[in-house]
Amino acid sequence: MAALSPGNQGVRLAVRYLVLILIALIFIFPLLFMLMNSLKPTEQLLADTSSLRAFLPVGDLSLDNYVDAFKRAPVGTFVFNSVLVTGVTVIASLFICSLAAFSFVFLDWVGRGILLSIILATLIIPFETIAIPLLLIVSKLPWFGLNGLEIGWLNTYRVQIIPWIADGLTIFLFVQYFKDLPSELVEAARVEGASWWQVYRRVIMPLSGPVLATGAILKFLVMYNQYLWPLIVVQEESYRPVMVGLGYFFQLNVAWGEVMAYLSLITLPVLAFYLALQRAFIASIASTGVKG
Amino acid sequence: MARVSLKGVRKSFGTADVIKGVDIEIEDGEFVVFVGPSGCGKSTLLRMIAGLEDITDGTLEIGGRVVNDVAPKDRGIAMVFQTYAIFPHMTVRENVAFGLTIKGVPKAEKAEKVAAAARILQMEHLLDRRPSQLSGGQRQRVAIGRAIVRDPAVFLFDEPLSNLDAALRMDMRLEIGKLHQQLGATMIYVTHDQVEAMTLADKIVVLKDGKVMQAGSPMDLYHHPANLFVAGFLGAPSMNFISVDTRSVDNGLAMVANAALDPIEVATTGRDIRTGSRAILGVRPQYLVPSATPAEGMLHGKVTLTERLGAETVVEVGLNDGSRVIAAFGEDRILAPGTEIGLAFDPRQAHLFAEGDRP
Repeated sequence: MAALSPGNQGVRLAVRYLVLILIALIFIFPLLFMLMNSLKPTEQLLADTSSLRAFLPVGDLSLDNYVDAFKRAPVGTFVFNSVLVTGVTVIASLFICSLAAFSFVFLDWVGRGILLSIILATLIIPFETIAIPLLLIVSKLPWFGLNGLEIGWLNTYRVQIIPWIADGLTIFLFVQYFKDLPSELVEAARVEGASWWQVYRRVIMPLSGPVLATGAILKFLVMYNQYLWPLIVVQEESYRPVMVGLGYFFQLNVAWGEVMAYLSLITLPVLAFYLALQRAFIASIASTGVKG
Repeated sequence: MARVSLKGVRKSFGTADVIKGVDIEIEDGEFVVFVGPSGCGKSTLLRMIAGLEDITDGTLEIGGRVVNDVAPKDRGIAMVFQTYAIFPHMTVRENVAFGLTIKGVPKAEKAEKVAAAARILQMEHLLDRRPSQLSGGQRQRVAIGRAIVRDPAVFLFDEPLSNLDAALRMDMRLEIGKLHQQLGATMIYVTHDQVEAMTLADKIVVLKDGKVMQAGSPMDLYHHPANLFVAGFLGAPSMNFISVDTRSVDNGLAMVANAALDPIEVATTGRDIRTGSRAILGVRPQYLVPSATPAEGMLHGKVTLTERLGAETVVEVGLNDGSRVIAAFGEDRILAPGTEIGLAFDPRQAHLFAEGDRP
């Protein structure tokens, strides 16, 4: 094959960047739409939607929508609740699911194959089908808290956290990742005298950065977007998460500017989280195809 | 340091028997090499000694203690894996010190032991590097270092050199030999490379299909193979086997011949060889010499292929009875294919096997 001339290479590069920019724009447009319109009064917002102006910071811009959003709903509480519930669930889930996967992959016990199959089978059950039975269970569960024995978990943080900690998908992710780790590493650690806990903590977990990032992001998105479950188990405003809080903006007269402001606010934690883990997330996606 | 003793050791995976009753005695400080073709069970046997595989039946003793059900860490062993198995997220220093860290050895003592191991393996300058910054040979050194610091009674090596290139393999082989002299520890080494086996071992254990074919010193096995498998497995190029007729047997000497072989007397060394029966004559390629004058036991044939290696010439000869033999001459020779050739050998260097000596 003839070598590419510098001119040819330049054209190739330009085309490549053009395609990448186009793809980036497609993904950025909705965000831009949300952000720009959160700064405009409702009348201007509605007038702009039919033109490109909807994506541009033009016209009468202010932060009024944000101020009004805070007046209409306890936005801070909702964001705090969501971040708390999501954060605790993500951390607990990574810990519990990785431990479960560790025992499935590295420990030898009777029935592990069958149990793993059952866990994987739960992946095909939609949450909606178990929502009501689960509601009945949690409404009667006991809890030993600061106030002594309580019955029923409704209107708490724990009802939004505990049922979501263990899930088939996260366990499956860890199982697949652990299977690809060289078994000699575990054997070497065992011969060197490490207990199973030490193998988990000192050998397996430090090598699991990519799968931890993937698991964290997937879990984060599920938890942060929770709507149906908190809607039925939480009636008190002080425990409500952001998605349920969105309902506050669709009562009586819908103020689209405020909706956009609220959406902008609740998107921030997601973006921050994704950007923090982006590098590891991409590495994880890449490592599934390329041997390192 | 410790003796290792295997008595009637068996291993089955479901209904498949992998190790079929193995008895081996390994003396204190001995360097023993398990050798055999792929799938013979040598690595499984080593992993059973390490405690990474359960023992289905029989007893395993290390240092006079039955350890069948003892965890790997409590057997007093250290193992070096084929794939090195060094931890990629730790520095060389942390890797070497791993076992000591787990054990909770005080920092100063740990540093001292790591430094001593690094000195022995000449890798002091590598201690702060990560495994990804090391070459294959250096990684293997780290794996050996990790074994040394724990001062084990028995070192186990599972094909430690097979991932290295040829030149490095020779260097590391010499180093492992030196290490054994230096430490004087009991070492058990698994390989399929007979050169490693011959050069390193005090004792070689040849395995096939989960059974011990023969155990003994390298030269004992080379010069006195117990059966056709051991005879063919050790030595390169491998021993020639020529099917012969036994004309007579007298006083431990059998007169054998065939269409391509002039009659010659070869010792039966106690094997079941009778007059009129078929037998197998084994001669190593190095002991076949070209002879222009008729001699006892001369093999007649034509050169079919010549490989000139410089210091040695390997010749394939098609014998007059249709079989083939390989001869290795210790000099550079030019032999055109088709050349008539007579090959003679010293009957004291030949082996006679009965048909029943096939394992």
